[in-house]
Amino acid sequence: MKKERHPLSASMKIADLVDFNFNLLGVLTRLGIGFGFGDETVEEVCRRTGINANTFLLICNVYSFDGYRPSSDVLREIDLRDIVRYLRRSHAFYMDVAVKSLADAIQQVIEPCDERRKRIIRSFFTQYKDELSRHFEYEENTVFPYVEAVLGHADHPGFTILQYEENHTNVEEKLSDLKNIVMKYLPPECDNKQIFNVLYYIHSLAEDLEKHTAIEDEILVPVVGRMEDNG
Amino acid sequence: MGKKILIITPSSIAARGLESILDDAGEFEIIGMLRDLSPSAQTRLHKLSADAVIIDPAVFDFASRGNARALLSEWTDGAVLAFAGGPADEEHLRQWDGTISFYDEPATVIRKVHAALENRADAPKNEGEELSSREKEILVCVAKGMLNKEIADCFNISIYTVITHRKNITRKTGIKTVAGLTVYALLNNLIDVADFD
Repeated sequence: MKKERHPLSASMKIADLVDFNFNLLGVLTRLGIGFGFGDETVEEVCRRTGINANTFLLICNVYSFDGYRPSSDVLREIDLRDIVRYLRRSHAFYMDVAVKSLADAIQQVIEPCDERRKRIIRSFFTQYKDELSRHFEYEENTVFPYVEAVLGHADHPGFTILQYEENHTNVEEKLSDLKNIVMKYLPPECDNKQIFNVLYYIHSLAEDLEKHTAIEDEILVPVVGRMEDNG
Repeated sequence: MGKKILIITPSSIAARGLESILDDAGEFEIIGMLRDLSPSAQTRLHKLSADAVIIDPAVFDFASRGNARALLSEWTDGAVLAFAGGPADEEHLRQWDGTISFYDEPATVIRKVHAALENRADAPKNEGEELSSREKEILVCVAKGMLNKEIADCFNISIYTVITHRKNITRKTGIKTVAGLTVYALLNNLIDVADFD
């Protein structure tokens, strides 16, 4: 992909970046960049907070351009530690903030339903939540420690990044099912405004998870794969 | 007018034989005979919109034979019967709406074509966005955790038909996972929540 199609650069002001794509606000937060950045550029903020600027821009590009696939040159210039740190913090954000907000919104929307329906929907959501959490745990307990071992040139017997063909499909499908159930099949006693809230949370979570998966598939896996090849 | 039948086999002897048996019955109209599934044959198959197609699986190469029924559904909505001249793989035969053997009596051939046509009439159609009653029945089975093969046996339909029903259910509801379909079935009172306690 040509560079000019991705106008994000290290000399950009952080504030302009957020104007360009509001969703990057979440990325900033998860990278530990707080507000009050004034007129600082990407480069300045990264230096101040100790983040590799190329890594930062790469994450922003993945978030801003659908289907963005970094070239191997771009991948050579990033720091994988920042990527892993970002992924870990994203997991925490999903479970502690995004999924929690969604759970609260669902709780509210099903309030007028009879006990039977409440139980059905709650139990489906719990299934989804447990599946997502198991998926994150696998990454945190198996995949990330492995990546860190490779980075530190430590021994890491019995695992290669190729084994991490983690299947995201089922968690994605369940969230999409939840969207359709909420949008199309809730009983008429449910409040429209509250249904809207739930759909809003589902949509933001689904979109963020999609980018999260792209970072794992397009950055983490190829970079670690290359390091394995080079011993 | 009789039901429209299309025959696809590289064997002229088989084609003439089938034609003659079906003609004698007086209730079928042979609308065409194809020797293979070349692109031009595919176009004819599509345009002729036969009620039933009788096909020799030998027109498919070995690799695609297992998937032949699904491939044919691209070009025809009709019932598809396999005409097995030689020994055929049991697994492969299961996909068809019926199978005719080289050694079947004429009456058996007619009966099998009738059965396939009847079965097909009951098969999934793409009309409407509401679930049909057959789709609802199948949805209930899916929600109860039954496998495609078990569902096929239960309703005496082919696995292929079950899969088509399931695709249509997902297309209509937008719900893909078994857990999600179960929620749909429960919310719409198609099954009792007591079944899941």
